[in-house]
Amino acid sequence: MNILVCVKRVPLTGGKMVLTADERAIETRHLGFTISPHEECGVEEAVRIVEAGGGSVTVVTLGPPEAEEQLRDTLAIGADRAILLETDGGDWDPEATAAALVEVIAAENPDLVIFGNESADAGGFQVGIRVAHALGRPIVTGLKALAVEDGGLRCEQEVGSARDVYRVPLPAVVTVKEGINLPRYPSVPAKLRARRKEVERRTPAARDPRLEMVRLIVPEGKGKQAEVLGEGPGAAPAVVGLLQKLGVA
Amino acid sequence: MIGAGIVGNSLACHLGRQGWTDIVQIDKGPLPNPGGSTGHASNFIFPVDHSREMTALTEDSVRQYKALDVFTQCGGIEVARSEERMEELRRRMASAKAWGVGGVRLVTPAEIKELVPYIDESVIIGGFYSEGVGVVDSLRAGTLMREEQQAAGTLTTVPNVEVLGIDVEDGRVRRVRTADGDIEADTVAIACGVWSPLLARMAGASIPLTPAIHQMIDIGPVPRFAGTTKGIEFPIVRDMDTNMYERQDGTGLEIGSYAHRPILHDPTEIPSIEEAALSPTEFPFTEDDFALQMEHALELMPEIVGDESVGIKYAINGLLSLTPDGLPLLGETPEVKGLWSAAAVWVKEGPGVGRAVAEWMTHGESEIDLQSSDIARFYPCQKTLANVRARAAEGFNKTYGIVHPGEQWASNRDVRLPPFHEREKALGAVFFETAGWERPFWYESNAGLVEQYGLNGREHEWDARWWSPIINAEHLAMRERAAMFDLSAFAIFDVAGPGALDTVQRVAMRQMDVPIGRAVYTPLLTPGGGFRSDLTILRLAHDRFRFVTGGLHGMADLKWVRDHADGAVVTDLTGAWTTLGLWGPRARDILASLTSDDVSHEGFPFARCKSIEVGPLQVLALRISYVGDLGWELHVPIEQGARLWDMIHEAGEPHGIIPAGIGVYGTTGRIEKGYRAFGFELDAEYDVVEADMAWGKVKDQDFVGKEAHVRQRESAPAALMCTLTVDDHTSAAGIPRFMLGREPIVTRDGEPLIDAKGRRSFVTTAGSAPSVGKYLLMAYLPPEQAVEGTELAVEYMTERFPVTVAVAGSTPIFDPENTRIRS
Amino acid sequence: MSTLVFLEAADDLGLQALTFARRLDPAVEVVAVGDAPSVAAKVHLAEITGYAPQAWARAIANLGPTTVIAAGTDRGNEVLAHAAVMLDGVFAANVIAADGDTVTRQRWGGSLLEEARLHGDVKLVTVAPHAVAIEETTGEPDVQAFQPELAAGDLIARVAERVEETTAGVSLADAPVVVSGGRGVGSAEGFAPLEELAGLLGAAIGCSRAVTMAGWRPHTDQVGQTGTKISPDLYIPCGISGATQHMAGCKGAKNLLAINSDPEAPIMASADYAVIGDVLEIVPAITAELRRVRGLS
Repeated sequence: MNILVCVKRVPLTGGKMVLTADERAIETRHLGFTISPHEECGVEEAVRIVEAGGGSVTVVTLGPPEAEEQLRDTLAIGADRAILLETDGGDWDPEATAAALVEVIAAENPDLVIFGNESADAGGFQVGIRVAHALGRPIVTGLKALAVEDGGLRCEQEVGSARDVYRVPLPAVVTVKEGINLPRYPSVPAKLRARRKEVERRTPAARDPRLEMVRLIVPEGKGKQAEVLGEGPGAAPAVVGLLQKLGVA
Repeated sequence: MIGAGIVGNSLACHLGRQGWTDIVQIDKGPLPNPGGSTGHASNFIFPVDHSREMTALTEDSVRQYKALDVFTQCGGIEVARSEERMEELRRRMASAKAWGVGGVRLVTPAEIKELVPYIDESVIIGGFYSEGVGVVDSLRAGTLMREEQQAAGTLTTVPNVEVLGIDVEDGRVRRVRTADGDIEADTVAIACGVWSPLLARMAGASIPLTPAIHQMIDIGPVPRFAGTTKGIEFPIVRDMDTNMYERQDGTGLEIGSYAHRPILHDPTEIPSIEEAALSPTEFPFTEDDFALQMEHALELMPEIVGDESVGIKYAINGLLSLTPDGLPLLGETPEVKGLWSAAAVWVKEGPGVGRAVAEWMTHGESEIDLQSSDIARFYPCQKTLANVRARAAEGFNKTYGIVHPGEQWASNRDVRLPPFHEREKALGAVFFETAGWERPFWYESNAGLVEQYGLNGREHEWDARWWSPIINAEHLAMRERAAMFDLSAFAIFDVAGPGALDTVQRVAMRQMDVPIGRAVYTPLLTPGGGFRSDLTILRLAHDRFRFVTGGLHGMADLKWVRDHADGAVVTDLTGAWTTLGLWGPRARDILASLTSDDVSHEGFPFARCKSIEVGPLQVLALRISYVGDLGWELHVPIEQGARLWDMIHEAGEPHGIIPAGIGVYGTTGRIEKGYRAFGFELDAEYDVVEADMAWGKVKDQDFVGKEAHVRQRESAPAALMCTLTVDDHTSAAGIPRFMLGREPIVTRDGEPLIDAKGRRSFVTTAGSAPSVGKYLLMAYLPPEQAVEGTELAVEYMTERFPVTVAVAGSTPIFDPENTRIRS
Repeated sequence: MSTLVFLEAADDLGLQALTFARRLDPAVEVVAVGDAPSVAAKVHLAEITGYAPQAWARAIANLGPTTVIAAGTDRGNEVLAHAAVMLDGVFAANVIAADGDTVTRQRWGGSLLEEARLHGDVKLVTVAPHAVAIEETTGEPDVQAFQPELAAGDLIARVAERVEETTAGVSLADAPVVVSGGRGVGSAEGFAPLEELAGLLGAAIGCSRAVTMAGWRPHTDQVGQTGTKISPDLYIPCGISGATQHMAGCKGAKNLLAINSDPEAPIMASADYAVIGDVLEIVPAITAELRRVRGLS
């Protein structure tokens, strides 16, 4: 089975968001980067399916030249090929992103396309669905379990404390959520092999955004001054007092 | 106390133990881990270092960690992949012996494999095993030390307080301003690791370090380490040739590197705790810089690193502090009184530094001599960001490097140039740098003298590095005719004012109420009677004294004298004067031809200084001799230096004058006269009697260290400075070897010599004595061995060479009556 | 120009979406599938059995709206994304405010906001949960049932069956009290005292992403942007520093009691109450005190 996974390079933020002076991006001077958590699990899922049943995993990302780092990370955990759709690092809206991805996915024609349910940063919740329509394929989203069965897919989507089961034929598109698996860490030999692999580069055509980011805003903190109930185990009576006051004790 | 990492905690604790009762410690981070390097540093300790001071601080730290029960011994092996490295490991064995670190031995690949079964021994050719290596919980140690003094009521620690400013009044620190209020304090210590420069700047002082990256990753779970109960059960491996280390960390293997390109950061670039994803001193990992290191680790430990099931769980670019010379920054800042620095200290020295600096703050000195870490040691140009960064970057990749004792820096050269520099270049000077000054070590223009005097080179490449037989040739030419020396690196400062004599009496051991025009060579002592410095003081006027001291310790000496000045102003004149040395049997003839002033022996006796006219120049001539020959130091204002050089050179030509370098001035000249040098024979750990420099009687006036000095004179010394000759240089390989210094002196059977104070004998200076045709070593020996004729040995590269005591005490081997100097 | 609000039910999130929609257009009408939600509005009820996102979206598209609003639930986002393709509209998810063509929407699960301009004739937005105060009430709907005209393929992805989870204990998403542990708990075993306290309070156990990544707890316990989003009456994070992605998962909590050794940890900026110190000492003490007090009453 040939699987194509789409990932996005996002910063690893700390406890506070800091913006650049023009308020159009997060200040990333001190930050490392990673792949959106849902997508990391998507790559892991693809690698597991191929390990079990054969095939290949191709990972694609739309991003700046530095996104090569994230692609190599996926190669290091078992992806076979990586394609970078190179941009200048600016914001691409979901429709432009989907259009760029459709071009390469249509050419690759994989059996299965995997997306993360939403990217950690922009959280648009629509790129996978737009791509699926453009390709004329069915799409199931937010999966917590995925299995290849009888030439099709058995998918599980979490609804409250229950799971809804879908069965769709291939070729298909799915989006997955973190928790579908626990991604592996790459080994040193795998990292070294990944460094030697070639990353294919293309330059996608940009288009004017229809969902146009004007500026970013760090939400105001609630300005809370936490009431310190005490220090150490000696605070226990004060805590129980609070529990009683809130009616949960 | 600003800082609650390992250094701040240790310093606060030791201050409390020293009797300080009102200590407030603040940190902008939380407890127990405020987010500095202590929180993520790889906490292992290798006890052996080539520096005696660092080894002593490490040893003391280990003792303290053990007392706090946070030390886990695991042993450590430094492995060699090359023969050059094996030689370096033999040097480390020698250092271990010299500083008295036990439990060490050289090991074969097979023995290493037994100790570290997951190593591929075919990749290495041997190693240096140190039993005493261990890992420490420095966070816990710091907490315990804090809690001890908090319980004693001497220490209040307040985390999450950010310093906004440090107020200085009349040159003294007065208060610390924080986001939560002001703290009045007339003593402030900065122990903030990578943030220290920012704090110092607030007070108008300088702590010249730069934050730098060193990379580390953690891989696991390692099958072999599964079910481990202790954090570490196998020895730590330092893969020296690749500048890396590997160590077990619970079920994982931590791999660290000092091999990558130096990555320096500005202290202002360190993020706040909220912004940082991990901690402020854990930066995002840059994988490209670690690629080669992954290959090296894979080569050395394929069983673990090559195991595909072992994943990279953690990878960071960790921040640590680097200084221009790789040594810590300790002591009171020269710019602001009461403002102390305890920065650029590694976990392995933390507690030891805390104790030593606390002693220094309380008693004016510490048990472990900290002179090479004294923050006052830098000249202003060395504290510039450009110098700090250039040298830190260059030094970083030498962390596990093979550094020759004479090795010169390549970066940031040609900063301090004397007026004769171009002339020296034209004469083929080979420049070595001291305190930023470019000084000729020898001159290639004298190359022809080597054959003339029938001198040999040194066969072994290591011995011959940073050396030339030209030095010995220059020495012989000087003794035969005359030589001129560039001595512009001297630090020169005047003490003047109504309190000048009192000030000078207080700091100098010898009697300073001498007639105007007298030069006194005198030690400056520590309160404990050890050596703080040795230098020459000239009485220029009733109330003006000029200090002339070696460049390397000039700034520290300047601070010391300023600290003790009362009713006198101390003015740094280093940049105003330059000095040429002129020595040799023909020196008087040459000088006399240039001046009509009386320079005869009667007219210009030894140890005198006077102003003479040399053509159009007014020269302050000083008749002393560090090279043990007739001659003068000639001091002129710096802008006249070039002219003086030309005049001396021209006048000296018919007499056969040659330019000679520091190879002669600093080693050969003095070693055959037994002249001691500060930082070599003289430091705080040895006293005047042991150095055999207690000439004359003790002056009546009070001086720093007098009480101790008097006591020392009244008792027998525990050791005596001796000069030894090397009897046979031939190594097992059949070639002559030449010691370079710091080798252990042992009995002919290889037993170390340890004096009553527990100090081991080692070579303080090694060098040729061309005029007597011998190779000399200077060393402190216990009284039983400090006897002329005693047969001993020196251990060089783990080989033993026979040596004999030639002089017990300070009598020169060459010209013992000093006829030349006093002619 | 017609505005539709897609309602899954007249629950809190649905009523929030309806409130938001009515502010934009008082004449907004409702579109729903299967069961009509109990709201006093005109409800276009599509007759489709079972959840099939593409078919549900087609039903909405059939009505030809120019503006579509829904709650920012999994289904709301999914259905509207499909509808956006069908209507060639621009879709902005998790909006908290709108003004003409400009919206303010959530990024990073709400830890960052974006001001965005929507270009196009058809606009679709989902409303971020709990961003709007409810001004609507339940009521009797004016139902107009219809058969949507589906395209081939609209029913390929449809729910075939529902499997109920046998989760022992309280559901994390619904629990009135949640006790969570982070890196500060130290190990998987360290959660034992938290589980004991949770048991006494009838609370659910949660954890931070660091804990899940370390393998100490299953992902179903994870509270955060990519885990479960909770809005309990009381949230007690223990040894959790408060990274933005975690806070994105618990900003709906009505009260937050943080237990942490660091009084300046980022989580404190969102805490109503705090206890400073070692989690492993404090939590057992609270449990003991709670037992004692209960024993007395």
